[in-house]
Amino acid sequence: MNGRAAAGASEIPGVARLERSPFQGRALRSLVLTGGVWLAALIAGVPLVSVLYLLIVRGGSRLSLEALTALPPAGFEMGGGFGNAIAGTVVMVGIAGLISVPLGVVAAVFLAELSPLSRLSRAARFAAKTLTGLPSVLAGVFAYAVVVLTTGSYSAPAGGLALAVLMIPIVVLTAEEAIRAVPRITRDAAYGMGCTRTQVACKVLLPTALPGILTGVMLAVARAAGETAPLLFTALFSSYWLFDGGHPHLMQPTASLAVLIYNFSGMPFENQIELAWAASLVLVSMVLVINVVSRLIGRPRT
Amino acid sequence: MATMMAERNRRETANGMIAAAADPSTNPDVVIDCQLEQVHYGGFLAVRDSHVQIQKGRITGFIGPSGCGKSTVLRSLNRMNDLIRGFRLQGQVRFHGTDVYSRNVDPVAVRRHIGMVFQQPNPFSMSIFDNVAFGLRLNRFKGNMAERVERALRQAALWDEVKDKMKHSGLSLSGGQQQRLCIARAVATEPAVLLMDEPCSALDPIATRRIEELMVQLKQQYTIAIVTHNMQQAQRVADVTAFFSVDITRGSRTGYLVESGPTKQVFESPAETLTKEYVSGQFS
Amino acid sequence: MIELTGGSRAGSVSAPPTRWDYFADRAFRGAARGAAWLIVLLLAFLLYSIGAKAWVGMRTHGVGFLIGSTWDVGRQQFGILPHIWGTLYSSLLALTIGGFFGVVMAIFLTQDFLPPRLAQVFRVIVELLAAIPSVVYGLWGLFVVVPAMRPIADALHAHFGFIPLFGSTLSGPGMAPAALVLAIMILPTVAAVSQDALRLVPYKVKEAAYGLGTTRWEAILKVMLPAASTGIFGALVLGFGRALGETMALAMLIGNSNQISLSLFSPGNTLAALLALNFPEAGAREVQVLMFAALVLLSITLIVNVIGDLIMARSARRAGARA
Repeated sequence: MNGRAAAGASEIPGVARLERSPFQGRALRSLVLTGGVWLAALIAGVPLVSVLYLLIVRGGSRLSLEALTALPPAGFEMGGGFGNAIAGTVVMVGIAGLISVPLGVVAAVFLAELSPLSRLSRAARFAAKTLTGLPSVLAGVFAYAVVVLTTGSYSAPAGGLALAVLMIPIVVLTAEEAIRAVPRITRDAAYGMGCTRTQVACKVLLPTALPGILTGVMLAVARAAGETAPLLFTALFSSYWLFDGGHPHLMQPTASLAVLIYNFSGMPFENQIELAWAASLVLVSMVLVINVVSRLIGRPRT
Repeated sequence: MATMMAERNRRETANGMIAAAADPSTNPDVVIDCQLEQVHYGGFLAVRDSHVQIQKGRITGFIGPSGCGKSTVLRSLNRMNDLIRGFRLQGQVRFHGTDVYSRNVDPVAVRRHIGMVFQQPNPFSMSIFDNVAFGLRLNRFKGNMAERVERALRQAALWDEVKDKMKHSGLSLSGGQQQRLCIARAVATEPAVLLMDEPCSALDPIATRRIEELMVQLKQQYTIAIVTHNMQQAQRVADVTAFFSVDITRGSRTGYLVESGPTKQVFESPAETLTKEYVSGQFS
Repeated sequence: MIELTGGSRAGSVSAPPTRWDYFADRAFRGAARGAAWLIVLLLAFLLYSIGAKAWVGMRTHGVGFLIGSTWDVGRQQFGILPHIWGTLYSSLLALTIGGFFGVVMAIFLTQDFLPPRLAQVFRVIVELLAAIPSVVYGLWGLFVVVPAMRPIADALHAHFGFIPLFGSTLSGPGMAPAALVLAIMILPTVAAVSQDALRLVPYKVKEAAYGLGTTRWEAILKVMLPAASTGIFGALVLGFGRALGETMALAMLIGNSNQISLSLFSPGNTLAALLALNFPEAGAREVQVLMFAALVLLSITLIVNVIGDLIMARSARRAGARA
């Protein structure tokens, strides 16, 4: 290769060589760096592969109908499951959603459409952005101070409030973006038809922005479902069902998948550790499915 | 200086003559009597001294070079400019005698009676049926929805093309079809006036032709005011033409009405030299 | 209100808004305004409720709290210096690894190393990394990272033990596994924000570089990265902020021992882990102290995040001015 290149140079003296050898100088450096970047990218993929692998292998082996429906086992017990934890997660994320979604979407309409430049809007936007960076354990501290101390007991609503604090900023900011993304001309059309500002928002903007808003909501839900710290001292944990004898006992400690995983991972019992893996598999599946679905919904309608 | 003042006097007299001939208190054929003294966007004077009348059952065309304020004037008729920050209007816009800019008139109510079709087709992201029914539902129409929707689509010359896909999204139509859908949406409630802001400029020539034919048909039922940058379109379609131009004497570009009158007259024997120059293509 | 009539149009449906319409309009707009207020008040109330309770703790324990090292409930002696140390040290370590890999991933995904479809796949992989809950990372860290690290740690300690970084053995959880898992958790944040920063660089800048005959890497290192540097710096700051607030994985992996040590392999503690572990069982007295610690954590993360946001805003402004 060098010979050929050298021949090229000698043919036309004074003209720089256009052919290059891939192993010289700058080209070599570039090649090495590219190889490095590929390597780094693959290394970055290793944790994900490892986590998923373990979840499927260790978690999957313990997954069964019993695991999904039974109550958590005590120390030396065999068997058992985390049915109440699944129920608890669903209930508390549901409470959090009931609080955060209406509040967040309506606030987003204010920020995006009704009064985007006012001081209140700027303050609310700043508050939402700040809250996105809030350590999740502090949301738990807040809910503890507000609900647990006033009601005197750990409860599902306390956990729900803590999760809502985490969800609200996500819902507000993504909904605001989705509403802003509605083209100006669509907005003009709605006003041109003689809609009041509320009608523009409710009849046109929100329906058009719905895919984006749903994506935001689902991302918030996925985040909330996976959170542990906020629940540790608001809902605590429980080895019993929420619904007993036909009606729900909401004002008592409530189990959740995340807290179960945390508790069981530290126990010296093989059974509990295996259950922790199985619960992790269920939790991660839930979260990943929500993520994928939100991505599909979020595709703009053509 | 003297010539400019003479110009101004002549113009005002010309406007005055037209005004006298179409005095709203005596002429029920004037649906909108628009007397603009000054229109500002923030500190920028966009339009000055323009007196236009929209006559019933006629198509009034606004023509003029870019930046002459014709869109601003059109959008002032249904208070769409209220949506722009810093908009201020001095003057009166009388709709059937009532000044729509008076303090106790709600702009939302104005827009219920004066419909608008925009430059870019902008159907809502809902079904074709829901698009057309939107205005009917908004105005709380209690009668036969499907019948009115069909009527509107027929008026917009779109019915045959969409009657089998009423549930499809409005956005799935072609550009020209979308614009006809927007026209159907606007006429579904049979508003008193239909404003059209360069409705064909985003469309291809064939779609443009269809809409021009449509406009001539719509004229039988609706009063229409249309802004167009295409002189030939105005000649083809408009009964009355209002020619606007740009005044640069005050340091910025301010639009104003030069003259208005029956289309034939404006194009063939205009009163103002400026008009003559524009319609003969000497500037655009 | 003057009633606008439609004039003489017989079939016209046009009608002004009804009283219900006006009422609904006022009600909804009021509710929207109220919702915006609620968000501001949420932040304010959060700061207040933590701050007010922390105030009591501050009055009782004063500055000694910040520099003390013992945590003895019985003797009412509390100090969070080891926790502050642990929080900062673990986050910095995580930033060096996670930040580096995050920026590299961002370069990998935005500088045409992959066909668009494949790039999207990798992008999704990075986003999925972010979706995995913290507690699952903790579980994985306990049973995969710690055992895998132990032989390496022992070897490093045996041969290089004189360097403070390798000064102790890895007996179980510790700084290194915690920092490594933390790095994986902040990688998606750094990668996502850095990608945005790189995408903001106008194409003509890259064109100019190639036009001058640079190799791909020269263009990236000498032109693209400097152009996106504000945004990438912002990404690192935001990643750091995320690491500071991370709770569960650290609580499970850091070892919960109140020591201050440079060694990568000794256990430690963080503010967030302290809160997570002690709050459930805390008595009233301890709660005040914990609130104090919570306030410290809140202040640190708030400052870092606000700085990060300001940097990002600056980067966006620069990009806007350049475009």
